[in-house]
Amino acid sequence: MDMQVAKKKLGLKERYAVMTRGLDWTPSYQKMEDIYPYMQYEGIKIHDWDKWEDPFRLTMDAYWKYQAEKERKLYAIIDAFNQNNGHLNVTDARYVNTVKLFISGISPLEYVAHRGFAHAGRAFPGPGPRVACLMQSLDEIRHAQTQVHSISNYNKYYNGMHDFHHMHDRVWFLSVPKSFFDDAITAGPFEFMVSIGFSFEYVLTNLLFVPFVSGAAYNGDMGTMTFGFSAQSDEARHMTLGLEVIKFILEQDPANVPIVQRWIDKWTWRGYRVLTLVAMMMDYMLPKRTMSWKEAWEVYFEENGGALFKDLARYGITMPKCAEQIALEKDHLSHQAWSTFYNYAAAANFHTWMPDEDEMAWLSSKYPESFDKHYRPRYEFWREQAAKGNRFYNKTLPMLCQTCQIPMLFTEPGDPTKICYREVDYKGDKYHFCSDHCKEIFEHEPEKYVQSWLPVHQIYQGNCFPEGTDPTVEGFDPLAAVLKYYNLEFGRDNLDFDISEDKKNFAEWRGQATKNA
Amino acid sequence: MQIDLRTVSIKPLRHTFDNIARRIGGDKPASRYQEGTLDMQQTANFHYRPTWDPEHDIYDASRTAIKMADWYAFKDPRQFYYGAYTMARAKQQDTAEANFDFVENRGLAATLPESVRETVLKVLLPLRHVAWGSNMNNASVCAYSYGTGFSQPHIYHAMDQLGIAQYITRVGLLLGDVESLEEAKRAWVEDDAWQGLRRYVEDTFVIKDPVELFVAQNAALDGLLYALVYETIIDDVLSSQGGTPVAMLTQFMTDWFAETRKWVDATVKIAASESAENKAVMAGWLTHWRDRAAAALLPVGRIALGDRADEALAEVVQQFNARMAKAGVTL
Ligand SMILES: [Fe+2]
Ligand SMILES: [Fe+2]
Repeated sequence: MDMQVAKKKLGLKERYAVMTRGLDWTPSYQKMEDIYPYMQYEGIKIHDWDKWEDPFRLTMDAYWKYQAEKERKLYAIIDAFNQNNGHLNVTDARYVNTVKLFISGISPLEYVAHRGFAHAGRAFPGPGPRVACLMQSLDEIRHAQTQVHSISNYNKYYNGMHDFHHMHDRVWFLSVPKSFFDDAITAGPFEFMVSIGFSFEYVLTNLLFVPFVSGAAYNGDMGTMTFGFSAQSDEARHMTLGLEVIKFILEQDPANVPIVQRWIDKWTWRGYRVLTLVAMMMDYMLPKRTMSWKEAWEVYFEENGGALFKDLARYGITMPKCAEQIALEKDHLSHQAWSTFYNYAAAANFHTWMPDEDEMAWLSSKYPESFDKHYRPRYEFWREQAAKGNRFYNKTLPMLCQTCQIPMLFTEPGDPTKICYREVDYKGDKYHFCSDHCKEIFEHEPEKYVQSWLPVHQIYQGNCFPEGTDPTVEGFDPLAAVLKYYNLEFGRDNLDFDISEDKKNFAEWRGQATKNA
Repeated sequence: MQIDLRTVSIKPLRHTFDNIARRIGGDKPASRYQEGTLDMQQTANFHYRPTWDPEHDIYDASRTAIKMADWYAFKDPRQFYYGAYTMARAKQQDTAEANFDFVENRGLAATLPESVRETVLKVLLPLRHVAWGSNMNNASVCAYSYGTGFSQPHIYHAMDQLGIAQYITRVGLLLGDVESLEEAKRAWVEDDAWQGLRRYVEDTFVIKDPVELFVAQNAALDGLLYALVYETIIDDVLSSQGGTPVAMLTQFMTDWFAETRKWVDATVKIAASESAENKAVMAGWLTHWRDRAAAALLPVGRIALGDRADEALAEVVQQFNARMAKAGVTL
């Protein structure tokens, strides 16, 4: 018999099935619950893993081929960017502060995503979700590394990024993104998938990743733009996975719906709070703006997200309740955040500044309801003071929200003149919150959130000074000791952009290119 | 205004990140492997304990019995970061694709002696499940081990094993059909010859210590299995019986074993040379899992080699012992 002729050709779907689905078997020498010990405790019921629809049918040979091609192109561009002093092409040196925010706040999260998807992939018994998760784990280490490699060149010429791993684990505001991902990876594997796979990758990615990447493109930063665009094709896969996860879980059992709804509510709010940093980046830190935070929220969440939740309504999922409060905050979020960072410019690893006249006009036009009334007068006052040599640096420590870890800077929903405070008594201690939503998240899992490593509490407890520090000696300067613990160099990494080495060097280096020696 | 920035010669403020400088003895240019690996994993001030493992931190060196003063002592001799890794595999994939094309276009599968074809289907196809198990185990080591120097190669290894499972599947489809895959799975689950190996694989699924799992999977099992099946049975014995096309179809596995073994040996060596305690633990694991792997592989070897399997396996074990001795662990 000529077996070549007799053999029927497999369709793509069948072929992928034997390449992946056919690989597992039902174990008999060890118990399922011992091999997959994390499948029960979240209360999610899965009856048939085979109902999982593979969102992208990518075998490893094709994966290696596509990804290697992308890497070749990406590193060629990075090399050219570095050799040609591409960093001097950015709009102005203020832009580099977004890069600092990115590498110390976001890139380490890519790494956590890498480990988290390895954990989730290992935890799920179904081959479909396992392969998808592990491929994403592999992609995420790519993102972490290509970001470090792209930004490595900026670190050679600008301050604030030189010890970003160390800072990510310590600097006060970086506990906001860090605790977000710590929260996700310490949750069960199903919640991890909803938090990162769905809420973060699917619902919020356009509000996180896209502003940085398009911000880079608008501001002449080819290096960052290139890794951003290169990562976008991975993101497309990750978004598909995020959506598939949700649909799969919801379709498996009606009892899963309320659990998933709670997770969506929680993670939309958690993610939104992290986006506070992005909002101020978009409205204040990009010398050439792409769109305002408010516009981005309206397009990417209210319009696109609205359509998504309409689509999910057939499973019984509704729009997260927090969307109402977010809508009330969208006229204020970025201004309140930037004001806070302007205050605490001595303790951050990037520079802040007051917007110039043109930028104030742009802010007025984008925020007609709020900017001139609430924020412009404040900025004009600070600018005046700075001109008189009284640039304001806040030296006290703010109270932090126990859940999102952001200083209590947000105002009451609907009243931008009053700071919002919420509190809960739990086992004899008082816990503070920025909002009803953060409070509810705590109340649902207090044993988790009492563990939060709150930077301000830790400083007061003496845990953020270099080893061997004696805070009782005469003339002890706590800020100096904390900055040492952060490895943040006073006068170079921090303070106002106007007096920064970055500003001075950039002007001098650009000058060399445009003037005769 | 487009200005020519290449003419600007400026002195950098620093050459690499501080954490790299601290590790490589000063501020000097660092490699992409170094910048992409060293200290990538968070180490301090974790916010919450895993709800799935409250005894440990998110990343916790105490998940293993191996103790290291510095987990970044583990270095991958291949210097694989993602870019280097994918480019290396894409190149091997080109070769594999060319080999599959060669065999397919010339109809070489049909020219295989029936006995060879049958042996390949019987011995090779169930191994796709072993590779799948390895994919899972390496994901586990990646997730639960400490320090990117140690964890990183395991995600590459995990995906390599998925790739290998898929290459084996392709060989099955080329020399047989979907029913051959189903028959191989049935044998894997039911036939006596495979039960030792299946028990081994399932027992590794419940190993909690990530370094022990590395030993059981990547050092012991693959150390013997790849040497026995790909180097001895396919490249040696079957090739001499007219099975050279098969060796072409499994070249990826042979090359992969030659490459990854260097990383495995380096990892064993670094762990063992850290302390006498580590060496004793490693020796204990290596001996235990080597003996179990050898026992599990013997009936598999017999499918292809009959009575000569004992001798072939003894030789493979000998080679493995020599490898480990070179890595500093005498078994
Ligand atoms: Fe990513
Ligand atoms: Fe909060």
